[in-house]
Amino acid sequence: MKTPRQKMAEQDPQVRISNFNEVPSGFTPEQAQKEAARCLQCKNAPCRSGCPVEIDIPAFILAIKEGDFAAAREKLLETNSLPAVCGRVCPQEDQCEKVCVLAKKGEPVAIGTLERFAADWEGEEPPSPPAAGPEKAKVAVIGAGPAGLTAAADLARMGYRVTIFEALHQPGGVLVYGIPEFRLPKSIVFAEVEKVKKMGVKLELNQVVGATLSLEELFESGFQAVFVGTGAGLPRFMGIPGENLNGAYSANEYLTRVNLMKAYRFPEYDTPVIRGKKVGVIGGGNVAMDSARTALRLGAEEVSIVYRRSRAEAPARIEEVHHAEQEGVVFRFLTLPLRYLDDGKGWMEGMECQKMELGEPDDSGRRRPVPIEGSEFTIDCDLAVVAIGNDPNPLLPRALPELKLGWKGTIETDPETGATSIPGVFAGGDIATGAATVIEAMGAGKKAARGIDRYLSRYTISPRG
Amino acid sequence: MYRIVEKNRLTPEAVFLRVEAPRIARRRKAGQFVVLRVDEQGERIPLTIVGSDPEAGTVTLVVQEVGTSTRKLGRLKAGEAILDLTGPLGHPTEVKKWGRVACLAGGIGTAEVLPVVEAVRAAGNTTLAIVGARSRELLILEEEMRAAADGLYITTDDGSYGRHGVVTDVLLALINDGAVPDRVYAIGPVPMMKAVADLTRPYNIPTVVSLNALMVDGTGMCGCCRVTVGGETKFTCVEGPDFDGHQVDFAELVQRQKIYLGQEKSSLEKFEESCGGCRIR
Ligand SMILES: Cc1cc2nc3c(=O)[nH]c(=O)nc-3n(C[C@H](O)[C@H](O)[C@H](O)COP(=O)(O)OP(=O)(O)OC[C@H]3O[C@@H](n4cnc5c(N)ncnc54)[C@H](O)[C@@H]3O)c2cc1C
Ligand SMILES: Cc1cc2nc3c(=O)[nH]c(=O)nc-3n(C[C@H](O)[C@H](O)[C@H](O)COP(=O)(O)OP(=O)(O)OC[C@H]3O[C@@H](n4cnc5c(N)ncnc54)[C@H](O)[C@@H]3O)c2cc1C
Ligand code: SF4
Ligand code: FES
Repeated sequence: MKTPRQKMAEQDPQVRISNFNEVPSGFTPEQAQKEAARCLQCKNAPCRSGCPVEIDIPAFILAIKEGDFAAAREKLLETNSLPAVCGRVCPQEDQCEKVCVLAKKGEPVAIGTLERFAADWEGEEPPSPPAAGPEKAKVAVIGAGPAGLTAAADLARMGYRVTIFEALHQPGGVLVYGIPEFRLPKSIVFAEVEKVKKMGVKLELNQVVGATLSLEELFESGFQAVFVGTGAGLPRFMGIPGENLNGAYSANEYLTRVNLMKAYRFPEYDTPVIRGKKVGVIGGGNVAMDSARTALRLGAEEVSIVYRRSRAEAPARIEEVHHAEQEGVVFRFLTLPLRYLDDGKGWMEGMECQKMELGEPDDSGRRRPVPIEGSEFTIDCDLAVVAIGNDPNPLLPRALPELKLGWKGTIETDPETGATSIPGVFAGGDIATGAATVIEAMGAGKKAARGIDRYLSRYTISPRG
Repeated sequence: MYRIVEKNRLTPEAVFLRVEAPRIARRRKAGQFVVLRVDEQGERIPLTIVGSDPEAGTVTLVVQEVGTSTRKLGRLKAGEAILDLTGPLGHPTEVKKWGRVACLAGGIGTAEVLPVVEAVRAAGNTTLAIVGARSRELLILEEEMRAAADGLYITTDDGSYGRHGVVTDVLLALINDGAVPDRVYAIGPVPMMKAVADLTRPYNIPTVVSLNALMVDGTGMCGCCRVTVGGETKFTCVEGPDFDGHQVDFAELVQRQKIYLGQEKSSLEKFEESCGGCRIR
């Protein structure tokens, strides 16, 4: 009989909504080997083409099957500097697992969970990277999110001397301030960052490039190329009445307070957060799911997701929607908030909404939600979290007027090399694409590292005279 | 880590700190601020850069101890360090030659207005400083202010020093005497900034206020600091902190400053309890 796809053990929904511990606990070694044995070791390995950082998937899975977990981890680290993160948050169902040959029969190999297993394997330390040959040029990386960390690690591997400048007091970008502890423990992120530092990458925190130091200063102080990975950190609001009431948060603020500042441990930690009893979260993506599940863990009695389209159009990962449902989050699809209601003392008391129906497809190919006249109704809530998306962080572009920008303030880049309109300045990740995914940001960091290498090699080879 | 090289107590509730932060010292301009985190459990709080010494690589901060974070900061000694500190954040104050400029401040705002007075005067304006305190013992930086401004007016709420009254009384008297300023700058508690804006509105005197919205990151990433100016939402940390005082929705600002009152109180109680022990050090 064929082995079924293995599943990780998970904390019971009723237990986990009162803690911030990670929900699934990862494969046991037996489970991992059993799952690895399901892989057919395809010659053409279609799964690999589904991976934006080109992991040698069959090779690492084979090592797990053979019980050499350290070798599996090594294989991952060859191309992916943050495998423990990716194994947890990547949308594998849209990437490698989608094109796995076993997906046709409905049960692709659990590549993501195997990645997580191998990355978490604590055997002997991986050998430190080969000492760089002759010292290569200095490269500055701006932003310590997945794009910046990947570019830095790859450049260090090529022998460049890399310094990352990060605006916040901790590295990781969205991985530390956005994605909650119960989905991605911060200790995992910091351990991955430590590995990048061990490769010789320097990390300077609290450095807002464009404010604390300028790009010109970086070039003047000897950096020969710069990678910009400053992300999409500007929260969008809907611009409807009542959005500045006490009790209205952007998802960024809510999640930053809880994750980066650890407000869930207030008053042990000094940063406070509003603990809503009835919480409405606006949006249908991962950010909305994370906000809703955070609200439950902070003691909310009732949490609803308010989304103007239907379930089929919601961009959140299936697994996240499923987890949210298991935990008791109520989904109100085809519902649009019109305004927030004031309790007379400046605090949120509810939101007036309108019912929607699906009309003709719009630019995104999804059916456009159209309001139904006369369908207005009220949802009671004392906290509303607006999770309708983020735009590129304008701080650095604003300080660099000669940088060519595209749609919504993204930095225009050559998608193959990350080159921008300024020579020596490269960019990638959410700042170039708009809010996307961890792995796409990492893929962009990787390509830009190669682009920078090519640019600097050309730069250091003196022209023939 | 950002080492404190000098600390002086100014009043029972305010301290002066000189902190090592060479890059910020080099680039900061009047009106900008830092965001700092005292320790691992700490909040990120905004504080105005009162001055800097680019040669020595230090910035000066003046802190009023009102809650847990500012008390923690006030407790640090020279030689100790602040865990995280970043800046300079916010737009620098707009400085041009306007003619006669009145800079008003209340309470800890006196420290915050000092760099503005210096910059405005350096641009060739006749610069008047009007500063208010609750009482004489709470007045700060009098000498520094006297040196920086062309004229200094002091008011105290209780009449223990200077003129008995509030800063707007002085401004009104100047206007009535025909010495109408070409521009007014105000920084302090919200009711004071609102009073200044209300006073200058009928005279059409351009009035800039520096808003003290609550903040988290200070880099435009969270929206905690949003305020309504001229009917539009603005993020104070990246679009301010200076705004047109005649356009600011002060009522909303006051309201938003109260969001965490209950939690701030319980945090402070816990901190003071734990401090029974730390005083022995
Ligand atoms: C709540 C939430 C949940 C998500 N869940 C998932 C998920 O499950 N799976 C998935 O694949 N993706 C998810 N995403 C998206 C994913 O996190 C992002 O696409 C990814 O982090 C982008 O990486 P980045 O390196 O481009 O930018 P970021 O991660 O945004 O990092 C940018 C960094 O640059 C710093 N910075 C900004 N400006 C400056 C400056 N001027 N100077 C110095 N530093 C600066 C920032 O502080 C930040 O640390 C989620 C996003 C959010 C917000
Ligand atoms: C741009 C900017 C510059 C500032 N510059 C200075 C400065 O130079 N010196 C200084 O002492 N303070 C300054 N502040 C105010 C300072 O940030 C707050 O006093 C501090 O965050 C309070 O933290 P806490 O934990 O000690 O007190 P909390 O427990 O947070 O608050 C205690 C009391 O102070 C009030 N409060 C909290 N935050 C603010 C705020 N942002 N503005 C006004 N009242 C507040 C609360 O409503 C409460 O009543 C500035 C604020 C901003 C936005
Ligand atoms: S496509 Fe699926 S079965 Fe084939 S190598 Fe990749 S993971 Fe294994
Ligand atoms: S403090 Fe977060 S956006 Fe201003």
